[in-house]
Formats: sequence, structure tokens, C-alpha cells
Amino acid sequence: MSAAIDLSVLEAAAAVRDGAVEADEYAAAWRAEAAGDELGAYLWRSDGADGARADSGGELAGVPVAVKDIFCVEGMPTTAGSRILDGYLPPYTATAVERLHDAGAGVLGKTNMDEFAMGSSNENSGFAPVLNPWDPERVPGGSSGGSAAAVAGGLAPCAIGTDTGGSIRQPAALCGIVGLKPTYGAISRYGMIAFASSLDQCGPLTRTVADAALLLEVMQGADPRDSTSTGIPGGVGLPGAERLDGLRLGVPRELAGEAEGIEPGVREVFERTLATCEELGAEVAETALPHAEYGISAYYVLAPAEASANLARYDGVRFGLREDSSDLTEMYEHTRAAGFGAEVKRRIMLGTYALSSGYYDAYYGQAQRVRTLIAEDFRSAFDEFDLLLTPTSPTVAFKLGSRASDPLAMYMSDYCTVPMSLAGLPAISIPAGMARPADGGPELPVGLQIAGPAYSESRLLDAAHALESAIGFDGAPGRDRTTVG
Amino acid sequence: MRPVIDREQVLHVARLARLHLDEPEVERMAVELSGVLEHVDRIAGLELDQVSPTSHVVELENVLRDDLPAPSLPVAEALANAPDPDRDSFRVPSPQA
Repeated sequence: MSAAIDLSVLEAAAAVRDGAVEADEYAAAWRAEAAGDELGAYLWRSDGADGARADSGGELAGVPVAVKDIFCVEGMPTTAGSRILDGYLPPYTATAVERLHDAGAGVLGKTNMDEFAMGSSNENSGFAPVLNPWDPERVPGGSSGGSAAAVAGGLAPCAIGTDTGGSIRQPAALCGIVGLKPTYGAISRYGMIAFASSLDQCGPLTRTVADAALLLEVMQGADPRDSTSTGIPGGVGLPGAERLDGLRLGVPRELAGEAEGIEPGVREVFERTLATCEELGAEVAETALPHAEYGISAYYVLAPAEASANLARYDGVRFGLREDSSDLTEMYEHTRAAGFGAEVKRRIMLGTYALSSGYYDAYYGQAQRVRTLIAEDFRSAFDEFDLLLTPTSPTVAFKLGSRASDPLAMYMSDYCTVPMSLAGLPAISIPAGMARPADGGPELPVGLQIAGPAYSESRLLDAAHALESAIGFDGAPGRDRTTVG
Repeated sequence: MRPVIDREQVLHVARLARLHLDEPEVERMAVELSGVLEHVDRIAGLELDQVSPTSHVVELENVLRDDLPAPSLPVAEALANAPDPDRDSFRVPSPQA
């Protein structure tokens, strides 16, 4: 049975459908792997009562999925990484998880995350940090760090997460796996605990590009319970491309060539990957996203502003923590003080300030206008190019604690991923190779980000598949592996 | 214009956000928020009067669903997570204590 866990999700589900693999045994084998979690990847693990469904003939027959703790699942503890929701048992299930269930998948466990998805290192979890499976002194990235560490560390066959400004792509890059943020609206947000509603999007974290496509196709679709959900017109097929012939690939200089803060090792792997793209038949040329450099500034107004409104619901009345007081306002203030961590408080303050009287136009209004310009930049670039390429993260995984005292340094982790989020565009991170961190030590995974126009997921996944085959990344920490190049 | 948030502003915003901050948090928040706002200020100087704001990236208009009656969450389930349920209600301290 242990051999079955080496199969991709696509292969395992096919083996379950064919009867070659017994669904109950397969799920039990994964529960045993998950039980050995020494990375802090899980906040809660299934005992099998919600195991994968053996009788299903679905696309994900028998596959147990690690689910970021931001998704409500009926009767399963759901905290969004926050002490303020400690003990909360949702009375309903998120649409994304329901769709996984309908395809025959089970929930393997709920994965650790930065509190309310606010963070790029998982150190903002209200419970415990997550360790990077490649080097336990380093962060796995965030906010979907538990999901990324679980997949990279062999504690789950696949996972789902959420991405608001890079929270799927950046941890996928830092852990050496595949992470996809679909077009805004592709997957329903119903039952996904809200951080910044105009940016939040669910997506898969997997070992292979084909597995990401499979999970996306299962989860995508319009949902009457989320009026912003659209699905992906035409759906998503399994990627099969081995070449990039005829594809025009743009490299935005603001996020790659000239960008500051990109580590030499990351740059080297990125440039080697561009050469691989040309070898596969693509045309690669520089392009511009003139306003991308303002992405972080706009994002850190818009996301906290939306968060400050969304998080108003945690008031000690209907669910979650309450700090008793004889006065209502004081009860609110002390409940929120006790339940929220430092980063969440910082963002609530930032967002409330940006929306407050006298500052609204200067911050929020201005950031919304920058968002328009960034979306227009992408539209112009996609007039000339099919897809855009950047490094996913400016650096490889950094050391625990190294950015914890400098919020701005942490925010810059999302420099290359935030612009696509602001424009609502799909983007995937795939492992592109290994590089030495600037602060020394053994080599760590480097992610390549590929972005496309809205609803171009099939093309994006095809290109990622061709590159995945050509790069031949053997993404398994602690095993013998061949580094690229 | 360089926004540096002072202690009074921190306390004002914390009141708006219904968030109690202890003394060291007030001091730290003033420094940290000023640092972030200084960076954010890069967009304050851009001439964007002619640019329309984007609040939502997908063009959607009047998304309506059929108005069909369906059961709501049963009261017992809605109250199951409440810190202080009382009969069919959520009990809270008096707003005029």
C-alpha cells in the first residue's frame, strides 16, 4: 500500500476507480503519513469518519485532500488560524469542499495558516508556526503554508488553499510544489472565511501540474451562493503539451529584470528557465507593466480596508471567543484584543484608518485607481503576449523570525504575486530549480510564476505542464534528487 | 504629505475598530503603521484624477437568483456556537452599562 502514496492524485484516483487500489487502505495510508506531521502543517486531522468515499467513481475517487483551515466544513473544527475562532464548529460546508466531496474526495485534515490568511510566512498562525520541509529553520511561506508544507513534506497527496495576494503561489514556490491561483470568480467563495473579498480566491496546491488541473476542474463553477462566482467558461482539461511552439511569452521588467530585491540565486534559475522556454519553441521577450511597482502599496490599502470590514463580525456575540464585561462596547473591544494576533490587529488598524473620514480618498480611492491602471497594464501586455513569466517570490524560503519584526519586509515577499491578484488574473507557480539562499546554507526550491489573461487556465496549465516535463524537478525534500542545471 | 500616525490617531482608530490596545501596543502600532503608510504614500502623489476606480475586477451586473423558499438554518444550530445563548437569542451585556 505504501507504494500507492507515491502515485499522483490523477493516477491514484484512476487506480481506485479500476479497483487496483482500495480506497479505504489508500486513505488510511495517508492518515498514517499525516499523523507523522512534525512540521506543524495540520491544525486538525481526520480519524477516517470523513474518509474518502470508496464507492465513488468520481474524478477524485478515494483521494484525501488537506484543506486549509479557512474553509468551513460542517462539524469539523475551523479556526482560520485564529484564537478568536478556537472551538468553532461550522454548521455548513464550503462549496469548494462540497465539490471535492462530490468527486469522491475526503478531507484528510485542516491545515495551519497565517491568521485569517494574513501573512507570508505562516508565523502569524494563532496556534504555531509551520516549518519548511526542506529546512526546518525556514518558513514554508504563507498564508497557505500548512497546505504547502503538507504536500511537499509527503503528509498529503494534494491540498487546497486560498490566495489573496500570493498566499497559494508563494508557499508553493518556497516548498517546491505547484500552486495555482485561478481567475477571480472561478471557484465559489461560499464557506471560505473572508479576508479581502474582492481578491480572495481558492486554488489547489499539488505535486504535479496535471493534479492542479484536475482539482481546479472539480472545484470550478458558478455557485448561486456566491454571486461573484463565474466558473471558467468551457472548463479546464488535463494538460498534455510538451512544447511551447508559437507561444509568445513576456517578461515584465518591473517584476523580473530590473526589479530590486530579487536574490541572485532566484534570478539565475529564472533566466535558465527562460532559456528552457526558448528551447521548447516559445518566443521570449521583455515587456512592461509600468504600474506593477505600485502593487504592494495599493494592495496594503485595499486588502486591509476590506479585512477591517469583514473582521467586524468577530465581536463575541454569535460565535467564537468572548471576553466577559458588563459593558457591550468594552466586551467587543476586549474580545477582539484577546482573540486577534498582532498582524491581524495591524491590518484592522491600517484598514480602518484608510477608510476613516478625511483619509478615504487619499488612500482607498487612490488605491482603487492604481488597481485600474495595473489591470490596464496587463491588458496591454496580453495584446502582445500569450502569457507572462516572473519569479514567484523574490527570495527562496527565509529563516523563521528573520522578517517577523519588519512588517514591510514581510509584505515585499508578495511583490511579484500581488499585481495579478489586483487584476483578478490566473497565475501558477511551478518549481523551476534550486538555489542557494542569499544568507547561505543548502539549496532551496525556486518557483516560476506564469500568469495569463482571465479564464486562460487551460493554456496556462498546458504551458506549465510542458515546462514541468522539461525542467524535471524532483521535488522531494530529504530524498536523493537531481538539481537542475 | 508624509503621514505619521501619532498616539492620538492610533487611539482614535482603535476606538473606531472596537479594538482595545494596551500601552505598549499603542506605541508599537504608531511606529509600524507609520512605516507602512510611508511606503503606501508612493501612490498618494500619482495624478489619477482621470482614472476610474476599480472595486471589482469581474464585470458582473445584477446577478440574481430565483426567489425560491428554502429552509433557513435551524435556531438550535445557529445558536450552537454562541458564547452566551439564551432561549432563542444571543445574550449580550447592556449597551448602557
